[in-house]
Amino acid sequence: MIENNDIAIRVSHVSKNFKLPHDQQSSIKGRLINFRKRGYEVQHALVDVSFDVKKGEFFGIVGRNGSGKSTLLKLLAGIYTPNEGSIEINGKLTPFIELGVGFNPELSGRDNVFLNGALLGFNRKEMGEMYDEIVEFAELERFMDQKLKNYSSGMQVRLAFSIAIRANTDILVLDEVLAVGDANFQRKCLNYFKQLKASKKTVVFVSHDMAAVQDFCDKAIIINNGSIQFSGNSTEAAAIYNEINFSGSAVKGESKDESHHYGDGSATIQKLHIQKDGKDIKHISPKEDLNILVEVIANRDVKSAILGVQIQDASDNIIFSYNNIEEKLDISLNKKQRMSINLVTKNIFHNGTYTISAALKSNDKSVVYDQLLKTAKFEISGWRVSTAFTHPEVIANYVKKD
Amino acid sequence: MINYLSKENKALFSELVRTDFKLRYQGSILGYTWSLLRPLLLFVILYIVFVYFLHIGNDIPHYPVYLLLGIVMWNFFVEMTMQSLGSIVGRGDLIRKIRIPRWMVVFSSSISATINLLLSLVVVFVFMVVNQVPLTLGILMLPVYLVMIYVFALGLSLFLSAAYVKFRDVSYIWEVVLQAGFYATPIIYPLQLVNNELVEKILLMNPVAQAIQGSRYNLITHDALTTYGMWGGSWYVIIPSVFVGIVFLCGLLYFKSQANYFAENI
Repeated sequence: MIENNDIAIRVSHVSKNFKLPHDQQSSIKGRLINFRKRGYEVQHALVDVSFDVKKGEFFGIVGRNGSGKSTLLKLLAGIYTPNEGSIEINGKLTPFIELGVGFNPELSGRDNVFLNGALLGFNRKEMGEMYDEIVEFAELERFMDQKLKNYSSGMQVRLAFSIAIRANTDILVLDEVLAVGDANFQRKCLNYFKQLKASKKTVVFVSHDMAAVQDFCDKAIIINNGSIQFSGNSTEAAAIYNEINFSGSAVKGESKDESHHYGDGSATIQKLHIQKDGKDIKHISPKEDLNILVEVIANRDVKSAILGVQIQDASDNIIFSYNNIEEKLDISLNKKQRMSINLVTKNIFHNGTYTISAALKSNDKSVVYDQLLKTAKFEISGWRVSTAFTHPEVIANYVKKD
Repeated sequence: MINYLSKENKALFSELVRTDFKLRYQGSILGYTWSLLRPLLLFVILYIVFVYFLHIGNDIPHYPVYLLLGIVMWNFFVEMTMQSLGSIVGRGDLIRKIRIPRWMVVFSSSISATINLLLSLVVVFVFMVVNQVPLTLGILMLPVYLVMIYVFALGLSLFLSAAYVKFRDVSYIWEVVLQAGFYATPIIYPLQLVNNELVEKILLMNPVAQAIQGSRYNLITHDALTTYGMWGGSWYVIIPSVFVGIVFLCGLLYFKSQANYFAENI
């Protein structure tokens, strides 16, 4: 038993294996024939995982696909049973592994509300009392007597979500799948999360959206290959996660970066990269400034060169450009002299992948000293609700007039 | 101790039963009437073949009612086991994604078969009245026999539904077993027709056979051979009941041992 009353969930030394048969034998004949050589592979989905979740904590679980976080979630929810170790839950737990579990397409929206409510532990009387509010919140008043199969997927999600948030238990397990749907719906989800946080509920939140984890979670763990790689403060966790996650793909990206030099070689752009705290990064979240570092070296004396920097989105639209002439900054270098140029701009751009190009040209633009095209690929991703291309700062002034 | 009758369990249980029942005749014009029509139509066929052409059971009073009661009770057994067999796999979407008591899935599907049985029994009673079968206190024994079939079928259902998760052959095997059972149980023929005392005794060891014959004896005609009559009241009488108990216990234990792994095995 959990002696400490502040602990909501205690996971101690939990391991979970799955037996994956090499050749699925779902029939008795198959079993008989292959009786002796029934080969299977043991997959260690989780290995010796331990952590505590305190009451009132917003606890994040992050990890790449296949890292074991869904297995962990299902273990917490009591859907799977651990092979080793124990999980103790102090209080009542509601799992939203998925929205609309148990929805039946052949039943009317109304019947589905009651069925889904029953899965959350509400009886007919209680559901009857909340029914009107649920329907209103889902904005589906006119459709409740239609069969669910005639609903659009968006309508189904809205209905499921409206029921799910009624769950009134001590501990909630939220999968990030909650954050699907259009912008308007995502905002509702966000508000719901904020509400949960404000009301000091214990929440286990599974995500690979680092911005959301940073925003909401107090603590987080990173799961990698079935074991805990990091446990602690959520900001740190997000930073470490981004590092591992993007270092893997960076290997491929890097080799591509090198091959696009073009010019007469009077100067070389040695470095072109997004940076954060003096380190090269490939991923930034909407809240961080864009910090571009360009380093050049002159191979001969260069007089009043022009440096241009551009950022292009995935469809090659130029969304940002800079050059030093407008700024009236001079780039004149002696042979073997280096210069580093640091550009900082507000990240007002939408989620997506971007590339940076830079060119160093002679003063009359007739000679290209060096040029790097569409290199330094980086990604902006995170919790940003609107789908607009840019998100510049707005100064709004509301004045009521009679 | 888990509270099996908690508010949450009751709410979930009633919704599962409701859903089962609503979905059963989804899209059919006659809807629930099929629960009554099905046994009646089957009865008509069997009656025409066996009574009209083959002249079986002419010497048994109220044979049509006798036949119908047998069919209704056997159908209850078949429906319950067949429906429960696929219930765990059929509700795989739920079991993989939310923690619900697994036994409840099997239990709720047994309830919709029971509702069907009760509807069919109404038809049997109408026939009894039409055929002027005298109503005796023996009717009080009917619930006892129905409970016997129910517990027997529930035990089998627990075993079959859990085994079906791992071996999909189970449904085919069970279909064959049921077909054999249909002929090994005195449903369409009076047991006397077997004309071999030992075989008659063995056939009556089947709890379903005992329940059917016992109900017929108490409800319709004392011509129906029962375990009690055959063995002359010795201790052998309790064999079918003990058998029911064993089957139920084994089914329950096997189900419990497997239940924790349904989610990953489905």
